[in-house]
Amino acid sequence: MGLLVHRSFCIFASVYSGELKCLAAVVDVFVKTSSDVSGGHTTEILRLVESLSGTYSPRHYVIADTDKMSEEKILTFEKSRACSGPNSQFTICRIPRSREVHQSWSSSVASTLKAMQYSLPLMFRVRPDLVLCNGPGTCVPVCAAGLLLGLLGIKKVLLVYVESICRVQTLSLTGKILYPLSDFFFVQWSSLKDRYPKSLFLGRIV
Amino acid sequence: MKTVFVTVGTTSFDELIETVTTSETVQAIKARGYERLVLQVGRGSVLPAADSCPHITLEAFRFKDSIAEDVKQADLVISHAGAGSCLEAMGAGKSLLVVVNDKLMNNHQLELAQRLHQDSHLLYCTCSTLTETLRTMDLSVLQPFLPGQPEKFANFLDNALGVQ
Repeated sequence: MGLLVHRSFCIFASVYSGELKCLAAVVDVFVKTSSDVSGGHTTEILRLVESLSGTYSPRHYVIADTDKMSEEKILTFEKSRACSGPNSQFTICRIPRSREVHQSWSSSVASTLKAMQYSLPLMFRVRPDLVLCNGPGTCVPVCAAGLLLGLLGIKKVLLVYVESICRVQTLSLTGKILYPLSDFFFVQWSSLKDRYPKSLFLGRIV
Repeated sequence: MKTVFVTVGTTSFDELIETVTTSETVQAIKARGYERLVLQVGRGSVLPAADSCPHITLEAFRFKDSIAEDVKQADLVISHAGAGSCLEAMGAGKSLLVVVNDKLMNNHQLELAQRLHQDSHLLYCTCSTLTETLRTMDLSVLQPFLPGQPEKFANFLDNALGVQ
């Protein structure tokens, strides 16, 4: 049963805009991913992060629960990144998972609220400019905290969601929740673009 | 030795492992010129002993940190419908036969396998049709699966954030 638990992690990254230098320079990008036991989603999000330039640094990875596999993948990824250039600052943080596969609706709400007890102080501390997610569960409390930062006038947090390549005809539950809330919502198949007109379609990006 | 690599990712798919090791299926595999069968059984309860199949060289294991090498050595990959497994096999340019687990409920993974099948990137069957598919399949119709382009995503974000 434990193996069916969705593990999620988020990463932050900082964007340094050469023009702005020391002023509005430090931008935290918060990237969220789900690493279910297959690891496929982790692979997807790391491919996206890999494509980002060194200005997206530091990166804060938030892992839900004790997910050794994601941690290892992140460490391996960051290690290889360190070899190729500067701006390799990263941290790994953990918050409780919001939802297990097949978990009931009511208990999912409860566990999501519980996760927000962690995601809120985390977001308040880090103040990312950008949240990047691609999966179920823990994306929601993280994005909710990001939205709250904006609503309170503390920081405008861009929510960027990339639906998994697995999703061809239907959105994941997290996707359905975040579709109306995201600033940029990417799908990877044209069939989804047709169904969700506000989504962005750049073809397959992982 | 021409090799078939069977993978179930991190799932359990006993029916596939059992089906692929029946003498009927092994014969179909051999008839195609394959001489080695490697099984990655994941969480399944069936883990065949090495060389427990007569007439074919058999290896079996549960997990490895990376199956890249097994995929690389394979001439045919038989996989469950998991996206990670499919993408890994296609990314390595291997012929891929996906076996759908029709015992799984609400199997959203099927969406990807169906679409990729539609686009001729893989072949597709169930455990009950596996042997027949192995006998009759035409791998030459498969189209290469081009890698995704994350740089498009990066360019988009850079523009949106005003990153130089």
